Amino acid sequence: MNFGLTEEQDMIVRTVRDFVERELYPLEAEVERTGSLPREIGRDIQRRVRELGFYAPNIPAEYGGGGLDTVGFALLERELGRTAMALNAYWGRPSNILCACTPEQRERYLLPCVRGEKIDALAMTEPDAGSDVRGMKAVARRDGDDWIVNGTKHFISHADIADFVIVFVATGARHITCFLVDRGTPGFDIRPGYRSVSHRGYHNCILTFDDCRLPAGQILGAEGGGFEVANTWLYATRLTVAAMCVGRARRALDLAVAYAAQRRQFGQQIGKFQGVSFKLADMVTAVDAADLLTLAAAWRLDQNLPANREIAEAKLFASEMLARVTDEAIQVHGGMGLMDDLPLERFWRDARVERIWDGTSEIQRHIISRELLRPHGG
Amino acid sequence: MKVLVPVKRVVDYNVKVRVRSDGTGVETAGVKMSMNPFDEIAVEEAIRLKEKGVVSEIIAVSLGVAACAETIRTALAMGADRGILVETDAELQPLAVAKLLRALAEREQPRLMILGKQAIDDDMNATGQMLAALLGWSQGTFASKITIDGDTATVTREVDGGLETVALTMPAIITTDLRLNEPRYASLPNIMKARKKPIETVRPADLGVDPAPRLKTLRVVEPPKRQAGAKVASVAELVAKLRTEAKVI
Ligand SMILES: Cc1cc2nc3c(=O)[nH]c(=O)nc-3n(C[C@H](O)[C@H](O)[C@H](O)COP(=O)(O)OP(=O)(O)OC[C@H]3O[C@@H](n4cnc5c(N)ncnc54)[C@H](O)[C@@H]3O)c2cc1C
Repeated sequence: MNFGLTEEQDMIVRTVRDFVERELYPLEAEVERTGSLPREIGRDIQRRVRELGFYAPNIPAEYGGGGLDTVGFALLERELGRTAMALNAYWGRPSNILCACTPEQRERYLLPCVRGEKIDALAMTEPDAGSDVRGMKAVARRDGDDWIVNGTKHFISHADIADFVIVFVATGARHITCFLVDRGTPGFDIRPGYRSVSHRGYHNCILTFDDCRLPAGQILGAEGGGFEVANTWLYATRLTVAAMCVGRARRALDLAVAYAAQRRQFGQQIGKFQGVSFKLADMVTAVDAADLLTLAAAWRLDQNLPANREIAEAKLFASEMLARVTDEAIQVHGGMGLMDDLPLERFWRDARVERIWDGTSEIQRHIISRELLRPHGG
Repeated sequence: MKVLVPVKRVVDYNVKVRVRSDGTGVETAGVKMSMNPFDEIAVEEAIRLKEKGVVSEIIAVSLGVAACAETIRTALAMGADRGILVETDAELQPLAVAKLLRALAEREQPRLMILGKQAIDDDMNATGQMLAALLGWSQGTFASKITIDGDTATVTREVDGGLETVALTMPAIITTDLRLNEPRYASLPNIMKARKKPIETVRPADLGVDPAPRLKTLRVVEPPKRQAGAKVASVAELVAKLRTEAKVI
């Protein structure tokens, strides 16, 4: 057993963190103030990350990606999690599901994503089908060689900047198919979504399909094989949520520790009061635990060991940990913690969504307990 | 042309250093360590010279404890070709470093050595100059621009009065100033390649150098605490305070 990072992993962590701190932190305040990020700045981030060979780090090298293993990728996500989603969205990590492309689809979707020429979004959730994805109502019916899609998706992250969307729709009872849908396809519309308390500048969208005609060649994976392709390739997405939570929590913790050592009340550093120092102790313990759970689950994936429960544990624990740690970091800062001069109020708001997206905490608990009870006939 | 670039492992420039409680130095345990920023600039310059086709091989050298290999690895990930670690637990002072580097220069025969003008830990600003003297090579310190043409290196130096340009006959020692370039980040492919690049480890004795310190540090103390500032409402109040309280005018 070895808990140390390899030299490569250590250098990846240092490089990504340096880049994030030096190049992306300075852009955060403006994103928060305006609630958006100008596209030119996003493209500039893309260009620079591409030059560093860090673009599409999760995609195998044979397709031109960085070819990182899951541990390496989790470490990278952890460091990216330190900064705003609106910014790190441009550090291209195309959905792994695009590895299921046919050779012809690869040329049109996967490879342009790897080269930073196209951005993908992924749509499962509907107004009436959230946790219960199988209950989705968007349907596609066959018309000759084509498919006609009708329905609505909502909460679709960064579809505003996407060139195409990977969309899951029902093609029969308990029969779901995954389609690649280009922006601009007649009958397909990408509209602004809701304004969220979390992750300003990182927009969610509403997608509408109104007799949208798609050739069969737009199907990703097999017809009716939507869940198979999702289960094969999206297995580890929740782990990236966990990793990002760890990175952001570590940043909040660092601020709290520095402040506790510097702020004086009653003639001494507030960190000298046990009421404050014990908070810090609990915070770092929770961050470290989430970090280890996340990396251990990533390691299991790299060893081809079953990791469903471990990924759910990491996602559950890290997202709930982030809520507590950002809350306590504000407490350590007192009133200043709530002011937008410091990034803490933002971390606290941003933390809220982590317990909801990519499977709510309740759904993670459901997955974990099901795995526990199954061998006992549960 | 071969170029040798020494890289020093120092406390990261973002870390707020603290004096050890026994006053023997600054605390380095559990502190983030990085490549001296001036040395990063030196590595970057060497890589740019290589990209221009002027340099054929870049050797990164670090001197000190075994962990200095990490600093070499960073240089390799930026684009250096191979590394040499002069491993020792001894405290290294500029003269010892200069002697060790001279020994390496004699062995490796580079035409150029690019060093940081100083390390941000001890701020000595001496190693490059001592090395040039020991080797009898030309030196261009505080470089803000370097051009190499055949056997001549033209170096623009940042001096108090402005910019001074000197022409050096190679072999030469150049030390970098802050404005020479902006160092690149290590790229992912280079990080992956760095592991395969060789790092040779030698000891001071192998180079026939005794690195024992010549200077003794008596005591290290924190700088005096700065007084908190105060805001004034008007120029008149400022002038009054400068006169009566600060007594500077
Ligand atoms: C900002 C944002 C961005 C998003 N981006 C995307 C995206 O890019 N693509 C995409 O497809 N989706 C996206 N989502 C959707 C997200 O994955 C869903 O919000 C999430 O799956 C929960 O669905 P829901 O919001 O409909 O809540 P519901 O499923 O309606 O849940 C409501 C409550 O009921 C609980 N609940 C539901 N079922 C059970 C159960 N069986 N047992 C116990 N409790 C249960 C839930 O835990 C929750 O507390 C995004 C959401 C947000 C907020």
